[in-house]
Amino acid sequence: MRFPGGPITTILWKDLILELRTREVILPVVVFAYLVIVVFNFAIEPRPALVIAVAPGVLWLAFTFASTLALSRTFALEKETGSIEGLLMAPVDPDKLYLAKLLGNVTFLLTVEALTLPLFSALFNLPLFLPELWLLMILSTFGLAAVGTVFSAMAINTHAREILLPVLFFPIIVPVIIAAVEATGAILQGEPWSVYGRWLGLTAAFDAIYLVIGAVTFGYVLKQ
Amino acid sequence: MTIRLTIQAASFMLMLCTTAMVFLWVPTDAVLGISQRIFYLHVPLAWVGFLAFGIVFISSIAFLWRGAQRWDDLAHASAEIGVIFMSLLLVTGVLWAKASWQVWWTWSPQLTTSLILWLVYIAYLMLRSYGPIGQQGARYAAVLGIIGFVDVPIVYMAAQWWRDVHPEAVIGPLAEEGSLETSMYFTFLVSLLSFTALFTTLLMARFALHSDKRKLDHLRRQYEP
Repeated sequence: MRFPGGPITTILWKDLILELRTREVILPVVVFAYLVIVVFNFAIEPRPALVIAVAPGVLWLAFTFASTLALSRTFALEKETGSIEGLLMAPVDPDKLYLAKLLGNVTFLLTVEALTLPLFSALFNLPLFLPELWLLMILSTFGLAAVGTVFSAMAINTHAREILLPVLFFPIIVPVIIAAVEATGAILQGEPWSVYGRWLGLTAAFDAIYLVIGAVTFGYVLKQ
Repeated sequence: MTIRLTIQAASFMLMLCTTAMVFLWVPTDAVLGISQRIFYLHVPLAWVGFLAFGIVFISSIAFLWRGAQRWDDLAHASAEIGVIFMSLLLVTGVLWAKASWQVWWTWSPQLTTSLILWLVYIAYLMLRSYGPIGQQGARYAAVLGIIGFVDVPIVYMAAQWWRDVHPEAVIGPLAEEGSLETSMYFTFLVSLLSFTALFTTLLMARFALHSDKRKLDHLRRQYEP
């Protein structure tokens, strides 16, 4: 079935349908994120005085680890079934393919984060309804996916791909992690916009820069 | 060949001069003491490290744009040498920090950026070893060479704001850089020149090795059944 709209929505729709039928990404990754948060509760005893200091770090480490797992699946299904050749031969510009895969990854990651946040908020006894935090999550997730989509396309063709993806991914996203942890800390402490606004700005700039670089370089990555 | 020999000889002589100047000639810093002498090695290492990664960035763009193999060889050679100089930068930085700040490490913007940059280019070399061979591997490396270098100013900015949030009174030797004495300034310049010459020597050797290797591979494919 051809979904109305351009190639971007068609590929995105295909990935969403596939995820609904196979359930290979969101559910396992949510379980993994739960485990990370639970294990951290044993690693650092969350006394009330400590919670505000460590909670942002725990939350974003869980999200980062979970996103590596989810991003590594970007082309995994296509690679396993051999349908990647079909996708590459389809008359779709590489930058459109990049955007479609990026939007798919953002959707998956945001779903994972939305399902992880309630558990985090319960275990650390922190508020959940913070629209500023949601905005931060959207911006940061976009940044993670913009870089991660390119690297996961590289990793499918390399040896030791499970190791190589995080090794490539983590150093590049350091600014996003710093910004996300700092801004989350400020938001949880109820600081005004002027305190954490610049972190959101930095993340938005990161998103824009890597969106452009990703769209331009994706064609070179996919070329066989 | 003569150019290469000249640069090799020049970097050897300059290195001897630098060593003599740093350890025998230049006066000891009144405030920071004997440990300040590492400055003449540390700062040139930083310059050469960033220069090397800048060359990786430019050659990566040139390779993707033009597709000429020599750009790929240049990027690979420059990344290898950059990682070595960056490792030395981190080692000298840690030693100096312990001597003058009494801690091995502090998350200042410069240190943070250098460490992240070092990790990025270790990943670059890993991608070179574990990635696909041939054109595709070269393209992957070029994409990472671009993505990694663009990250530098963003990391620096984030680290700077991050330190604003956790203010730590660190009196850095870099703060006094403007007040260098003439003999110190001269030693520093000679050291900068000799490290750049050493980098050029290594880069030319490594570049020649990569292109010879490529030619050999090509010949072997031609004559092997």
